[in-house]
Amino acid sequence: MARRSAESLPWSLFGAGGFMVAFFFPIHILLFGILIPLGLIAAPTHTGMLALVNHPLTRLYLFGFCALGLLHAAHRLRFTLSDMLRLKHLDTLLGVLAYGAALVGVAVTIDLLI
Amino acid sequence: MADKITLEVARYSPEQDGEPRFDRYEVPLIENWMVLDALNYIKDQLDGTVTFRWSCRMGICGSCGMVVNGHERLTCETLLADYLPGPIRVEPLRHFPVMRDLVVDLSDFMEKLERVKPWIIRQPGAPEPSREFIQTPEQLAEYKQYSLCINCVLCYSACPVYGLDPHFIGPAASALSLRYNLDSRDQGAEQRLDVMAQHDGVWDCTVIGECSVVCPKHVDPSLAIQEYKISATKAWFKNLLMPGGGK
Ligand code: FES
Repeated sequence: MARRSAESLPWSLFGAGGFMVAFFFPIHILLFGILIPLGLIAAPTHTGMLALVNHPLTRLYLFGFCALGLLHAAHRLRFTLSDMLRLKHLDTLLGVLAYGAALVGVAVTIDLLI
Repeated sequence: MADKITLEVARYSPEQDGEPRFDRYEVPLIENWMVLDALNYIKDQLDGTVTFRWSCRMGICGSCGMVVNGHERLTCETLLADYLPGPIRVEPLRHFPVMRDLVVDLSDFMEKLERVKPWIIRQPGAPEPSREFIQTPEQLAEYKQYSLCINCVLCYSACPVYGLDPHFIGPAASALSLRYNLDSRDQGAEQRLDVMAQHDGVWDCTVIGECSVVCPKHVDPSLAIQEYKISATKAWFKNLLMPGGGK
């Protein structure tokens, strides 16, 4: 009997990232892309924003949001490339490149947040 | 209403023909005739060499699946009149080797179906029941939709992932595998997960969902595959946290 695949790991990160992006991304766009620029709600002050971002919980949230979002994108990219360009035989290479790029992004995120 | 309609039927004998070709046949357009009736008319009246499978003519045996004007259909349930003014192009199911004309070789599916153990498994040593198993309507409802699969393999023909990677276990086998896991009499979920959680089990699926769209019995194989991904992932993390203990 062949072994169960370790695909569970990237897939669960993909699922969690998909949830984060689908749920929270529209809120960010609505707030900072539409409502605030249109003046429909008052723009936060720079010091207020800074205080918010400096809070450890906000940083934790931003880390989860960016890291999971990146891993989600990497998984999607891996399958899009392998299926659309018929590169199934290069799946391992694609995985290394896609998740590798995402992990670089995660490292940059950590660097920015710390 | 027109009184005739043209069918363009894919013809192919792998031993003789280099390429499949289409032969055109004009058939009477009779109200309530299905595409399968037209094919039978062709075989009986016009060209006895046209080859296709069918049996029940009532959408239950699952043998008359073909691609009609580009879509997977049970031809015994597909009205000729829906395709007016024609022509109607009838082709064999995709992704399977053609044996002749509209008949495909289902060996690959049969092998996969057997691999997922679509039967009730009782644990060795489980006490022999002294009477029939009782199942409540709620317990039946758990697996009912998956049990409606008739193995017509329209879903394999519609699945682009199976087309790209024939190792993929595929929609119907996944749905039927889950059907037994969800059955209150069954104890074989672990054994089936061993098969489904392998690399060529459910992981190739990218949730395109065409399988569930084409299913003539309204089974949702796409959902079954996602359920399996969740079970496999739960088991994987459990095993990570408690190696050996959770399996
Ligand atoms: S002939 Fe049986 S399903 Fe169509």
